[in-house]
Amino acid sequence: MDLTLKIWRQASANDKGRFVSYKVNNVSADSSFLEMLDVLNEDLVIKGEDPVAFDHDCREGICGACSLYINGRPHGPDRGITTCQMHMRHFKDGETITIEPWRAKPFPVIKDLMVDRSAFDKIIQAGGFISVRTGGVPDANAIPIPKRDADLAMDAAACIGCGACVAACKNASAMLFVAAKVSQFALLPQGRVEAKERVQKMVAKMDELGFGNCTNTYACEAECPKEISVANIARMNREFLVAKVAAPKDK
Amino acid sequence: MTKVMYASITKKIVMSLMGLFLITFLVVHLSLNLLILFDKSLLKFNQAAHFMATNPVIQLFQWVLFLGFVIHIILGVVLQIQNWMARPIRYERKGSSELSYFSKFMIHTGAIVLIFLVIHFANFFIKAKTGHIDEITYDQGTYENMGQLVVTLFKDGWYVAFYVVALLLLGFHLEHGFQSAFQSLGLNHTKYTPVIKAFGTVFTIVLTLGFIAIPLVIYFS
Repeated sequence: MDLTLKIWRQASANDKGRFVSYKVNNVSADSSFLEMLDVLNEDLVIKGEDPVAFDHDCREGICGACSLYINGRPHGPDRGITTCQMHMRHFKDGETITIEPWRAKPFPVIKDLMVDRSAFDKIIQAGGFISVRTGGVPDANAIPIPKRDADLAMDAAACIGCGACVAACKNASAMLFVAAKVSQFALLPQGRVEAKERVQKMVAKMDELGFGNCTNTYACEAECPKEISVANIARMNREFLVAKVAAPKDK
Repeated sequence: MTKVMYASITKKIVMSLMGLFLITFLVVHLSLNLLILFDKSLLKFNQAAHFMATNPVIQLFQWVLFLGFVIHIILGVVLQIQNWMARPIRYERKGSSELSYFSKFMIHTGAIVLIFLVIHFANFFIKAKTGHIDEITYDQGTYENMGQLVVTLFKDGWYVAFYVVALLLLGFHLEHGFQSAFQSLGLNHTKYTPVIKAFGTVFTIVLTLGFIAIPLVIYFS
């Protein structure tokens, strides 16, 4: 298949940036989206032009490094997958594909399609961990946890921190990411110890970094490659409300 | 100087509580409005209007209602401005991943409903409070003829058209707002959330049609 790619090019964080169109010919329908971009970049290198910068790492859909806002959708036109797992058979011959970086104030563009997602790390640093001394590895089943809670915690922990929720949200809100991280701890006894502080600190950091507010559009759930449920956002709202109303204040 | 900052979730929780409160007001308002259709002499409606304008509990509650409106509107605008600021550079290709369609237009539907509210206020509330209303005497007593004011306005085609459009937009606002309020309050449940969503849609349609029916029936009768 022959395609026209309309790609956002931006030399550096301070560059203004613009769209540049490229032609790629003889793309295999079986190649992945990133492989298609690799082919484009090889051509650009041969021509002596600057290749398109984009994030990628494992290419197995589990690391969360790849991004790309493709034709108005994070990770392209399919549900429940990352860009590296999306294949070119989802596109038509002769199609023009628009590729943009994640757009959010806390995710500044570094170069071309790469954005700085360290805002997510800062949210994790604010409370997305357990600081209690857990000692050695406990025996299996030493702490009884209902299957349902274990499953829900695992579903929340499936978040790979790719930022598609922020990219998809019309408000550039990070609520699904933060909710997944809050939930994976809130559902388990080890996480309950610091639950009230955690939710307040992580939400405060999220607000401080300039992410938007949640308006329950549920675009995040629709675009999440790990299909994390907005029920986690409701859980975080609950956790937050309880923490604000019931948590003892620091002296 | 201490800067007062409310967390995004705090704002959303207050927003949803105010929204649900305003919905209860709409239910009361519609029930009273419907009286106009079931009594040609307008006695029942005028009695109800008189009760609402004079009862001390209602008079007190009216201020709570004002406060509810003001908080809901101010918070809505503040949240929207923050949301716009969170994405300074827009996408070239607009996304359409929203699962709750009307969620995209809450500020727009809200703004038109606010304009409607101001006009509505000038037409009825201010007139009633400043005493520019004719009186009518029944066997049961003398009342301000609010019903006649309504009927006169609803005979004006332009006003009816504006009223219908504004109320439809209010319906769109509620279609997202009703279920959204529960999500903001953390009330999401595998069994009950679909029930809340379905109830919200049916409730919104019934409420909107109820409001819209009154001017249409009066105009075409």
